[in-house]
Amino acid sequence: MHNLSLIHLRDVTRAVKELCIEACTHLPGQVCSLLEKARQEEPFPPARETLELICRNAKIAAETGIPICQDTGMAVVFAYLGQDVHLTGGLLEDAVNEGVRQGYTEGYLRKSVVGDPVRRGNTGDNTPAILHIRIVPGNQLRLVVSPKGFGSENMSRVAMLAPAQGLEGVKQFVLDAVKQAGSNPCPPMMLGVGIGGDFEQVATLAKEALVFSQPHPDPWYRALEKELLDSVNRLGIGPQGFGGQTTALSLHIRTAPTHIAGLPVAVNVGCHVTRHAERVLTGQPCTLAAKEGNR
Amino acid sequence: MIRLTAPIAREELLKLHAGDRVSLSGVIYTARDAAHGRLCAALDRGEALPVNLCNQVIFYAGPTPAPEGKPVGAIGPTTSVRMDAYTPKLLRYGVSGLIGKGDRTPAVCDALQECGAVYFAAIGGCAAYMSACIQSCDVVAYDDLGTESIKRLVVKDLPLTVACDAHGGNAYRDGMNAYLETSRKD
Ligand code: SF4
Repeated sequence: MHNLSLIHLRDVTRAVKELCIEACTHLPGQVCSLLEKARQEEPFPPARETLELICRNAKIAAETGIPICQDTGMAVVFAYLGQDVHLTGGLLEDAVNEGVRQGYTEGYLRKSVVGDPVRRGNTGDNTPAILHIRIVPGNQLRLVVSPKGFGSENMSRVAMLAPAQGLEGVKQFVLDAVKQAGSNPCPPMMLGVGIGGDFEQVATLAKEALVFSQPHPDPWYRALEKELLDSVNRLGIGPQGFGGQTTALSLHIRTAPTHIAGLPVAVNVGCHVTRHAERVLTGQPCTLAAKEGNR
Repeated sequence: MIRLTAPIAREELLKLHAGDRVSLSGVIYTARDAAHGRLCAALDRGEALPVNLCNQVIFYAGPTPAPEGKPVGAIGPTTSVRMDAYTPKLLRYGVSGLIGKGDRTPAVCDALQECGAVYFAAIGGCAAYMSACIQSCDVVAYDDLGTESIKRLVVKDLPLTVACDAHGGNAYRDGMNAYLETSRKD
């Protein structure tokens, strides 16, 4: 049993604002290491040169505060809300959007969101965010901001396979998605694969597999991650699509139970600028009475 | 490394071959999805374009806002294939060079040959690096489109690769084949 805690939404807004700016200017250490390793291992000279420039760019961005990429994306925000947290001072969704608005405006980030998908029209402040709220144990709020560029997002795919297609069907679908993406998503790519769940869950699994890039807890799937990554890197697409060993830096899988009739698969394609920044808010201790009184 | 100055003379463009590394300086214009839509709609109506793009180079780019004291923020190419529906029309109108990222459809490659034009690739996601290659940036049309407006850029030493040349050469196809050949030998 955790003590209750009180988190003011202005702290959420400030955190989201700062995380937007941090994510767009500082590539996660894990991605930098993968790029550096790929550069050292790339046998094809033109590809190695490209990887060198990509590594140099990430350093310049961190030093100067100029975004790593001009596509500072749609702000994908994961809020892991401890169920013993009480939020005060407004609505969580509004606070997150206000943070995105401030971050993209004050941080000189690009506003890339249109308010209507068909009739278009830039909203001018990069809102709304794509917000995923998860209730988790505890009394903290963990915020993860992952700005997603659409050069790579556009290359992502979902398929509802038949159970008979099985493992081979999954492998084929992933490889086909990467081949179709080709030179478009600024390879080297990072890949998130979702397997299972239903239509919308499988896409979210793929997104989480991409953003968090953690090995699957089950060794059987970890072996599949490695096998698929190796197959992808034998395609020869290479950095920027001009040939080479380094087509993808990483490939991770997330899975969920599914229906007897289904085998959903999703591939969320990310680029070498797959970024996120996160922060945990702890808030003030509060009692149930204070929580009631706060209403 | 071939040094070129934009606008690039047609005879210079014809000398380029897929895979050539180019360092580009001079004047180029940004235009991406929304601006392409408007430019082609204007051409369809038989109207003059708001900027004369004849013999000019178009950069598929939408930069981040300029921080104080800088002409522009982060800048780099967007995925070219989204422009492919518009590109043959703009090439026939007279645009002579394109800068973006990613392979093009056969219709665009054919139009490049027909018009003696060249498609260059810039490295996607190297936008902090490329920002330092921009000396000035001025909005010249469609200001209401924000990042998607047409901007006149003065650039210095922008690193590019000739991706699709005026003779049917394609550096994506050739590069991948060259790599696969070397990797088979190992
Ligand atoms: S795909 Fe990634 S690296 Fe390429 S332009 Fe988009 S955000 Fe930038």
